[in-house]
Formats: sequence, C-alpha cells, structure tokens
Amino acid sequence: MRWLRRNAVSIVGILVLVYLFIPISVVTALSFNKPAGKFNISWNSFSLDAWTNLCGVPGVCSSFVTSLEIGLVSTLIATLLGTMIAFALVRYRFRGRSTTNLLIFLPMATPEVVMGSSLLALFLNMRFPLGPLTVAIAHIMFIISFVVVTVKARLQGLDPRLEEAARDLYASPRATFRYVTFPLVLPGIIGAALLGFSLSFDDFIISYFNAGTLVTFPIYIWGAAQRGIPPQVNALATLVFVTALVIVLASQIVQYRKRKAMESS
Amino acid sequence: MAEQSRTNQVEDLHLVNLTKRFGDMAAVDDLTITIPAGSFFALLGASGCGKTTTLRMVAGLEDPTSGSIRIGDKDVTRLRAFQRPVNTVFQSYALFPHLDIFENVAFGLRRRGVKDVKATVEQMLDLVELGSLARRKPTQLSGGQQQRVAVARALINKPDVLLLDEPLGALDLKLRRQMQIELKRIQTEVGTTFVHVTHDQEEAMTMADTIAVMNAGRIEQMGHPAEIYELPKTAFVANFLGQSNLIEGRVAGASDDLIDVTAYGVAFRVPKSRSSATGTAIIVGVRPEKMTVLDALDATKVPDGHNAIFGRVTDVSYTGVSTQYLVRAAWGQELIVFEQNMIVGDRCEVGDDVIVHWAPSHTFGLDGDENINAGVDAAVLALDATAGQ
Amino acid sequence: MAPVLPSTVVAPAPTAGQRRSRTGYVLLFPGMTWLAVFFAIPFVTLFLTSLQTPVPGKSGRYRFGLEFGNYATALAEYWPAFLRSFIYAGIATALALLISYPLAYFIAFRSGRWRGLMLVLVIAPSFASFLLRTYAWKTILADESPITTFLNSLHVLPDGRILNTSIAVIAGLTYNFLPFMVLPLYAALEKIDPRLIEAANDLYASPATSFRKVTWPLSMPGVVAGTLLTFIPAAGDYINAELLGSTKDRMVGNAIQTNFIEFRDYPTASALSFVLMAAILVLVFTYIRRAGTEELF
Repeated sequence: MRWLRRNAVSIVGILVLVYLFIPISVVTALSFNKPAGKFNISWNSFSLDAWTNLCGVPGVCSSFVTSLEIGLVSTLIATLLGTMIAFALVRYRFRGRSTTNLLIFLPMATPEVVMGSSLLALFLNMRFPLGPLTVAIAHIMFIISFVVVTVKARLQGLDPRLEEAARDLYASPRATFRYVTFPLVLPGIIGAALLGFSLSFDDFIISYFNAGTLVTFPIYIWGAAQRGIPPQVNALATLVFVTALVIVLASQIVQYRKRKAMESS
Repeated sequence: MAEQSRTNQVEDLHLVNLTKRFGDMAAVDDLTITIPAGSFFALLGASGCGKTTTLRMVAGLEDPTSGSIRIGDKDVTRLRAFQRPVNTVFQSYALFPHLDIFENVAFGLRRRGVKDVKATVEQMLDLVELGSLARRKPTQLSGGQQQRVAVARALINKPDVLLLDEPLGALDLKLRRQMQIELKRIQTEVGTTFVHVTHDQEEAMTMADTIAVMNAGRIEQMGHPAEIYELPKTAFVANFLGQSNLIEGRVAGASDDLIDVTAYGVAFRVPKSRSSATGTAIIVGVRPEKMTVLDALDATKVPDGHNAIFGRVTDVSYTGVSTQYLVRAAWGQELIVFEQNMIVGDRCEVGDDVIVHWAPSHTFGLDGDENINAGVDAAVLALDATAGQ
Repeated sequence: MAPVLPSTVVAPAPTAGQRRSRTGYVLLFPGMTWLAVFFAIPFVTLFLTSLQTPVPGKSGRYRFGLEFGNYATALAEYWPAFLRSFIYAGIATALALLISYPLAYFIAFRSGRWRGLMLVLVIAPSFASFLLRTYAWKTILADESPITTFLNSLHVLPDGRILNTSIAVIAGLTYNFLPFMVLPLYAALEKIDPRLIEAANDLYASPATSFRKVTWPLSMPGVVAGTLLTFIPAAGDYINAELLGSTKDRMVGNAIQTNFIEFRDYPTASALSFVLMAAILVLVFTYIRRAGTEELF
C-alpha cells in the first residue's frame, strides 16, 4: 500500500504512455486483418495480404509517393529559408525585430483550418490553379516557423567563444562558418528538417484546402474513410511509424553511447 | 604577413593610448604600456576593470575606440583577428567539441594552409604531455587536460604574443597550483610573450614577472610582483593586492630621510623614499605580516624608533601557518595583524590590551587624497569569484 | 510579445556593423517574404472574401463587396458550432492537462536514465498518421467494444454509447494533442531543482502543500504553453468531430471546410474563419496577460 502511494506518479505516468500507444496498436493490428466488409474497423481474421501486396489497392502507393515528394521538396526549401532566418535573428542586428518575431510565431498559433482557408482564399482570388505547387507552398509556409525555432535554439546554445577561437586561429569568416559554426549547428538543422518532413507528410487540413484534385496520403485516407480504409493504408502507416521510431531511437542510442564513453574516461 | 613575423625574433607588444568605450562607459581608458618580448605579463584586476576588454582588443576580437596596438614596429590595430600573429587561450577553453584533440590543435595550421601537420601537432601534444589522447574528443578530457589542449592549440602557431584569459579559472585549487607551474615551464621553454589576465592575485604573483594592476580601465601600478606588493603606490593596490592597514594622518615634519607623521595623536615615521604623498595629508600604510603584537605591559620591549599603536584585541583566528589578530586602535579603526606561529603556547586573547609595532622601513606612505577603502570590495569580489569556481 | 533587446550597447565600429546588418536583411528576406505573402497577405484576402457578394445567376462566383451582413448570417447559422468548438476544446485541454501532468512529472523526476527514451515514446505516436490514429478510436470506442460494454454495465453513459457522441469527439481531441501538453510541461518541470521540493518538505510542507506552493507555481510557464498549444489546434479541428461524432457534434472547423470546399460559399466560410482566428487571438492574449507569462514568446 505504501509502495503504491510512493510510486503513484510513476504508475499513472506509465499508464498514460500506454494510453498514447493504444490507437497505434489498433492501426498496426488492423494491418494484419482481413476485413469482413469494406470497413476495416473490427477484427475478422489474420492475413498478410496487405503487407505482401502493399500497392494492391489503386491510389494508395501513388498518394504515398506524392506525400513523400511534397514532403521532401517542402522540407528542403523550408529548412533553407528557416535556417537563414534563424541565423539573422541570432547573429544580426536589424530593424523590425518584433514584427519579424510575430510573423514567425503566429503560424504556430493559428489553427490549421484558418491557415488552410485563408491561403485558399488567396489562391481563389488570384485564380491560381490548385495542385502540387499550392500544397508545397502551403507546407513550406507552415514549416518555416518550426525550423526557425529549432535552429535558433541550437544557435543560441552555441558558445560564441568557439567562433572567436576559430577567428583567433586564423580562420577567415568563411572558414569559421564552414569548419566551426555549420558543423555545430548541423544537428539542429537536421532535427528541424526531420520535424518539418513529419509535419508535411502527415498534414491533412491545410493540404485538403489547397490540393484541388491532388491526392496526398492523408487526403487518400480521408477519402477512403467514407468507403472503407484498405488494410494497405494501415500497413504503410505502420511502416512509417516504425521507420521514424527506429531513426529517433538510433540517434538516442548514439547520444547515450557518447555520454557513456565520456563518463568512463 | 603572419608567416613572416613567425620567423622573426619575438618582439615587444606596445599598447598606445588604447581606449574602448561602450556607450558612455570607458571600459579601457587611455592605456599605454609596453610589454617586453618574452615576458610573462599579468593583467590583474577585479571583474569589470577592463582587463578582458584589453585582451580582446589585442586578440582582434574587439575593435578599439581609439589608440593603437603594435607588435615591434608593426601596427596591428586594424588587422582582423585571423590576420594577427596573436593567439588566445580562452576562458573555459572554447575547444571545438566536434573535433578531436589532434584536429583542435591542428586547426590553426590547417587554416593557414600548412600541408603536413602531423609531426608538428604530435610534437606540440608531447610538450603538453597529451600525446596519447590525440584521438579523444574534448568532452572526454578532464579540466586540466582540456586546459593543456587549449594552450597547445594556441602555441602551435608560434604566436608573437600568447593571450591567456583567466586560463585556470575553471580548475580546482590543487589543479590550479599544478597548472601554474606547468604554464611557467612551457613559457620558459618556448620563450613567447605571455599576457595573462586574472583576478587572482596569488596566481598573478606566482606566475608573472611583471604585474599590471588594473582598475576602472586604467593601470594603477605596474612592476615586479615583490616590488608592487612591498611598495604599493595607491590605496587600491595596497588593498587589492594582499591586505594593508592604512591610517590617515598629516605630515608634521621631516628629518634626513624620514617623514614625521601625526595621526590621531600618534606619531609615525615613514621613509621619504617609500612615500608617494605630495601634500601635507598622508596615509600611513603597513602590511599585516610586518607587524608584531605585544602585551601592553611589555611596551618597553618595543624596539627604539619603531612605529607603535596601543589597542585591544577584538578577534583572534588561528589559521595554522599564522595567527590573524584584529586590533582596535584607540580611535576605533580595526587593524589586521598576521603573526607567524613561531612560539608554542601563549598568544594574545580577545579583550587583551596590546601594543602593535613595526619598523619604519616596512612603512609606506600614500597620498592623503586617496580613499583608504579603495579596492577592498574589489578584492572581496575577486576572492568570491575564485571560490565560486 | 518579443522581448525587446537591450539597445544600450551601441555598435562601436560603424563600418563593420553596417555590413553585417545588410547580410542580416539578405538572410531574412526570402523566408520572411514567403511568410508575408503566404501567411499574412492571405488574412487580407480572407477578410476581403468574407465581404464579397454573389454574382447574380452564377453560383459559386463572387465579387468585391462590403457585405458585413455575411458575418451576421454566418454567425446566426453557426453560433452553436462555435460554442461547441470552444467548449469541446476547453474540456479536452483540461483533461489533457490532468492526464499529462503525472506523465510529465514522472519523466522529469522519476525516469532516471530512461528519460530520453520516455520523451521519444511521447513523440512517437505522432509518427503514425493523425487520421488513422483518430480512425482507430472508432474501433476502440465502437458500440460492442470492451470499454463501451464496461461503461454501460456501470450505467454511466447517457446515450448508452460513446461513438457518434460528443464524448467520443472530446476523447479524440484529448488524445490527439496530448504530446503538445506533455512536452512543455516536461520542459518546465525539468528546470525545477528537486532540492526546492525537498526544502519545502524540510520546512514542514506536506507533499500536497509542497506541490501546491512550490511545484505547481514553478511549472506555470509549462502549463500556459501546454494549454495554448492544445487548445488552439483543438478549437480549429474538425477531423475528430467528423470521424467520431454525429452531425450534432459538428464544430466550426467542419462548417468552414464544408462551406469552402463543398458549398463553395466562400464569403460565409471566410467570415467564420476570420471570426475563429480573431476569437482565438483575443483568448490567447487575455490568457497570457492573466497568466503573467508574456516572456513565453
């Protein structure tokens, strides 16, 4: 009883973690299901069909590839633009700093439905055709802020004396950036890019408003929800989930090893 | 440019009318000094006195508001940091965390386009006794090892001047002592001019052959450590570098080589050669360890011609090597006295009436316009800073 | 909102300073232009669209107008959806705070060397599709599911079911934005020196009192950030209402989406969107004022 009381927080904490994973286990489980009807909602019988025939249902894989492409392009551009802004914010003096900060903060405090609809209003009024271009434009817009915040944090955490040391050791401004600043900020930039990609890849609301007839993976799922989601979708989502988890866990393990090595010496 | 001076003989460093202003505040105020080639020079002062700003200007990391910096005959004032034959050992080292020890040390050579760095780097790592750790990352090293990497990384470039910014601040007391000796050894070996910035007076006195005490952007006094300690020229130096008893008085007369001073009705004698007083107001100064405490009843044992003050003991602290007394003089001022523990047994106790005396040759005179408390707070702050690390 | 930088330190060397600032503008220009053109300007077009009038005889075509009446008609029809959005989001935020606090506390103070892994596990669910996770609740909360059967045996469900009721929508909202609550809470809790809590205990505070007087106030920045990061997306969300609720549970997001994409009633949709944004901004800024954590951003 006393043990229970002392560890109540830990028990509740772990239960909440378990709760976080309930829907994912359902998603994964249903990828091995052979649905009874067209809706893959309740368990019927075990099957590997979805896994052996990932692209078996028309539209699934093409929408998946579309999302990958848009995610890559948007992430690339947004990471570049956002990193530049982060450097400007941390390293340079300029006028209009508070307006700049506001314009970076607001997209993160705006509901997606508002961003999606206002951008659609712009495109409609300009008679701009909807498609991959408008979706990428929208994604870049909302990823930039996240990149700025992530890279800025990394840059602010950088000891200014490291760059001074480089200058002191005969590194020109260009060489200082190349050999010291950039390698040290790179993990932050990579983290920002991964975050940006996952945001883009999973975005539904903003994409749906600005996609026109383009079908991204989430848009495919949305459409399929009305007529039954094929288990292939569950299989692909599980694949994405596992891949992301492996990447993050691997980087955690590498960090852990580094720390261990540090402590042991 | 940098390459040429490296082959030359080491040259003097001249700071001429060097000034740095931040807004209205002058961090460094019209500083003119010459630091002789090959010397171990310490800039000593409390935080905010302008010593680090001076160092950064020499390094090229800060632009002077006015004045110039010369190495030998060459004006380097307008050269950027990476163009100067000057290298720095940074406070808390600033080792590149993404590079291993070898690459950290090789950094300067590589930037200057030196092709084959291996032999030079290894030789340098041997000098600081880190040859076996070349492939470790900085975070895997202890504080003392990191410190030596920082020195090696700077020295490998054979700079005309090596700047050290509080280089031992992050180390614990024992390691600091060890590194003091180590740095001195390295300096003797390479013969480069070392300019060392510190708030730790003991560190400055142990290592440097010349100390400049800095306060509010100016140099208060400069000279050999013993010279500054024995004969401070200002109240700030007297209080900041070690401790002093300073008594305000007036010149009453003079004999051949002594000044007669009256303070609070007591007569003192100060050698003319040891006084920097200009007017009739004068401050009589003496270092605590130069004084002797006697029971008031033994007043007859005070040697002839010594300066002496009657008082009452208000505090006694035994520190092992010495005993520290606080003695309240008749006029209320508390004097501090250090007495070596030469005798076993009888010591004065709190409440004892005593007489404190010292030889006139240990007395110094300061200008009467000085504030007798100048530098006391700064010294306490500097001590705190040392203790905090 | 952005902390004003101390401007007391004057640039000493004018030439070097100016050149550097020009680089600053060059770095800012492309990204900020992007945000201005595709984030800020759309608000202007959104506002203009909300005032447009229909072109007679052509459905789905509108022209410039100053039809402020669009707002009245939109709100007259959709005020229940608005109300629901804010109530659902409010309840979901409160529940998320309740659930997240023990988890964040556990990670910050009790997880030891597993801390990194725990944080990964908090973010991990976001790697699986948002839509599919929401859809999965359909299975979990279905009428014959263990949880519904169990709750029905206790007779606590007013409609005898969860799916297609407001309970399901709120449950979905609570679940979906949980990481946005846990992470800021964790960040705030992690900064608290555990010795402060020990000191409180040492000074005769019971665990409950030391939580109320020390831990909770010090975690306030995390609570404020977490509630905002949960409430804002929850108030604008329509996926949970669409997938888990019935037509009676539609939120303002549903209204904006259907009006924009299905009915092509752009002025009404724009008016709703504009009002939603304004309401959220007002709410956020009053909240931040009240909570006294303006330095948050």
